[in-house]
Amino acid sequence: MVHLIRKGRSGGKILGTAALGAALLFAAAPAAAEPSEADLHAALQALDTKKFKQKAQAIEHLGTLGGPRVLEVLEALSKGRLHVRKDGRIVIAERSGKQYTVQDAASGRPEPEAGKKELKKIKVNNRLRRLIRGVTGRLALFSDDPGRRLEAADNLSKNPSPEALPLFRQARDRETDDAVRAKLEVGIAVLELEADDPALRLAAATTLAGISNPDIRSLLKRRLAADAEPNPEIREALHRAVESIDRKLWLFGIAENLLFGISLGSVLLLAAIGLAITFGVMGVINMAHGEMIMLGAYSTFMVQEIFRSVVPPELFGFYLLAALPVAFLMSAAMGVLIERGVIRFLYGRPLETLLATWGISLILQQLVRSLFGANNREVANPEWISGAVEIAGGVTVTLNRLCIILFCLAVVAALAAFIRYSRFGLNMRAVTQNRSMASSMGIRTGQVDALTFALGSGIAGVAGMALSQISNVSPNLGQNFIVDSFMVVVFGGVGSLWGTIVGAFSLGIVNKFLEPVSGAILGKIVVLVFIILFIQMRPRGLFALKGRAAGD
Amino acid sequence: MGPLSSRLFALESRRGWTVFMGLAAMLMLVVPVLNLAVPPDSWLHVPTFWVTTLGKFLCFAMLALALDLIWGYAGILSLGHGAFFGLGGYAMGMYLMRQIGERGVYGHPELPDFMVFLDWKELPWYWFGFDHFAFAVLMAMLVPGALAFVFGWLAFRSRITGVYFSIISQAMVFAMMLAFFRNEMGFGGNNGLTDFKDLLGFDLSASTTKVGLYLASALMLGLMYLLCRYVVTSKLGRVLIAVRDAESRVRFLGYSVTRAKLFVFTLSAMLAGIAGALYVPQVGIINPGEFTPAKSIEIAIWVAVGGRGTLFGAAAGAVAVNGAKSLLTGIAPEIWLFFLGALFILVTLLMPRGLVGVVRQWRERRAIAKTSRSDSHVSA
Repeated sequence: MVHLIRKGRSGGKILGTAALGAALLFAAAPAAAEPSEADLHAALQALDTKKFKQKAQAIEHLGTLGGPRVLEVLEALSKGRLHVRKDGRIVIAERSGKQYTVQDAASGRPEPEAGKKELKKIKVNNRLRRLIRGVTGRLALFSDDPGRRLEAADNLSKNPSPEALPLFRQARDRETDDAVRAKLEVGIAVLELEADDPALRLAAATTLAGISNPDIRSLLKRRLAADAEPNPEIREALHRAVESIDRKLWLFGIAENLLFGISLGSVLLLAAIGLAITFGVMGVINMAHGEMIMLGAYSTFMVQEIFRSVVPPELFGFYLLAALPVAFLMSAAMGVLIERGVIRFLYGRPLETLLATWGISLILQQLVRSLFGANNREVANPEWISGAVEIAGGVTVTLNRLCIILFCLAVVAALAAFIRYSRFGLNMRAVTQNRSMASSMGIRTGQVDALTFALGSGIAGVAGMALSQISNVSPNLGQNFIVDSFMVVVFGGVGSLWGTIVGAFSLGIVNKFLEPVSGAILGKIVVLVFIILFIQMRPRGLFALKGRAAGD
Repeated sequence: MGPLSSRLFALESRRGWTVFMGLAAMLMLVVPVLNLAVPPDSWLHVPTFWVTTLGKFLCFAMLALALDLIWGYAGILSLGHGAFFGLGGYAMGMYLMRQIGERGVYGHPELPDFMVFLDWKELPWYWFGFDHFAFAVLMAMLVPGALAFVFGWLAFRSRITGVYFSIISQAMVFAMMLAFFRNEMGFGGNNGLTDFKDLLGFDLSASTTKVGLYLASALMLGLMYLLCRYVVTSKLGRVLIAVRDAESRVRFLGYSVTRAKLFVFTLSAMLAGIAGALYVPQVGIINPGEFTPAKSIEIAIWVAVGGRGTLFGAAAGAVAVNGAKSLLTGIAPEIWLFFLGALFILVTLLMPRGLVGVVRQWRERRAIAKTSRSDSHVSA
């Protein structure tokens, strides 16, 4: 074996150190770079045998050679694609139609097609497959791709076996990527907890104290409970490690709740911000607000479908950008229609407005149900917002949630700027504060009303686009948000944009902190009861408008 | 005549009493006779199913009366009246559940099926007493009343009015719905209470029992109508109307607006509870679906269609809208929501006083036309 290793091109120091600590299974370290084709060829030929024991040896040997080619060959072997050609060479063959497409196993070069008779499959059993999995897992530790190395380190350190220790150490020593090395360190420390050398054990305990992983914590706990540690000093260190992990987990728990709370808060805020305009600024109770959100979501769905059929697939991911104006305009147009068609006649009669808009919401729901069916429609996440990000210590957020938080902040900022700085925003504020005076100054209050309502509805549509990324798009989508959004607006203070923001985030965060204690539904009930009681104390919400503008 | 009976007589005009008595006779004599005495193959026969459906509508009419009492007369639009209706229904459902006894699927003498299924060992404390009919009926009124009292006291004391009240009452019913969906509440969770067998020893599936329940509903509706009539024609009723039209002024005049509103809100909730208690044995099930906010808003449209501020109109509106619902969902279910939505919009836009308002307007116009014609006749 040693003889064969020496043939490895990279040879050298790594192999030397590895050979020192090698157990029988890990006779040598896999080489990082590609072994020469001739070596590979020779090693492969050893697979051409009937005896599984010899095959196992050959696989081990291939593992010591290392390199991406070996990985590919071993994968082919476990899938039953590795064959012996009539001329005795080992090839990878895959069935296509009646013939087999063939490539040389050692070089990967394509070869002429072959019929069934020319090929003899190299058989594997489950034991061999297990062996292959182990070997490929270890090989991946030395892969060129840091992502693969991370994955391999993760898998191996989850359930490390004592024999893997030298391999771990060796992989750590040559590892350049910090994340992978950290993973490997953990695996090594877990194994070294049981080392004979007390210094190693102590060092391992210190290393593990810095890890915030519940599995590690229970491992340490088990070790303490089993009285497996003879040295009192190290036992103390283990206790400290458990405490330190506990502290970190607690902190991360809070951070996680906070993050999820902010995420929920931004969803609430998106749903409520349009309402804050129609209800808060205009005093119109729009029970069809939820349906404006739904329309936005369905617009997104339609834009997606159009992109699917018309636009080349590599541009598909950008459908969301196109959906943004479509969702806004669809809902805004519907808003103008509702305002001019119904609400305009009901100003000053809020309860009637409430009932009429409820009627509109029923009609819109049924309309969408008739057009699109009652089932959920699937809106795909574009690639650039799918996946998850890990934020320190096992707190992971899906990217779409993170995007919603950012998107929500952007929408709020844009809206606030629009109201603050644009001409229309000025008119809007003027009409809100004193309708008759604004009218005397030449502002067309009717037009302002219609456009304000359109703005609120359009923002609801944009919210629908965002929500389509995290929840089901169905005709009932809006109904799920209507009570929540009214609660947010009333809690924050009607007429106050700032109040709506604070209201949404505080309700979201409170909800998420209650959830682990009381369960999701009870938490929601508690929040609702809290709001009801809160409104009794401050009927105008958190941030009440003062002065004449507050009058009904 | 004593003072009470004269007061009773004064509740309605002569014509009002005639209509009232006519309707009462129609509902309480003609319908049962046509169902029980007329042979099933006769065209005059009213099927039992219709009787039960009508009984259900009468319960809705009671609910509409309850809402009209506070919305039409005191200007309080509660979007959470389904909560009181549902609580009354659950109280009755708990009694009916206890009556099942050993006839349940699991045959447990004490526990309802769903509790056995959840592996509960004994009855929760709040289920005690519900094996007595009188207790259940009392609770069907007291529990909604108590909830309304607490909720109303908190709301009216801090002067929450108008849409704010509507919104938080909707939040209340929404919270109730979430709560009753939970299995841990001990009310059967998602499935609610069902599989009832008998009521006071009468088999619920027998048609005589069904007609009996229908008659009880009709009688209760009549009594409830007179009670509401009594309230709105009393001095308190006038204060309420004044509160509806100018709340601050009434307060400045020295009346306790909070107390007046609280009284009528609590009364209304109790009436809704009774309606729920009569509803449940007729439909045979009560589940958290009664607490969905949409159902509670629908009550408002019954009242609006009939004409708010006219008790008779509210009751008639409930029967009319629900009749249309049965009819339309039978023909084409998807049309119903379009129709209901259009009803919400058109009634608020075009008929703010409801059907009663339309009839009144028409009658007034005719009267004016008549007087002007006779005037011109005289002057000629």
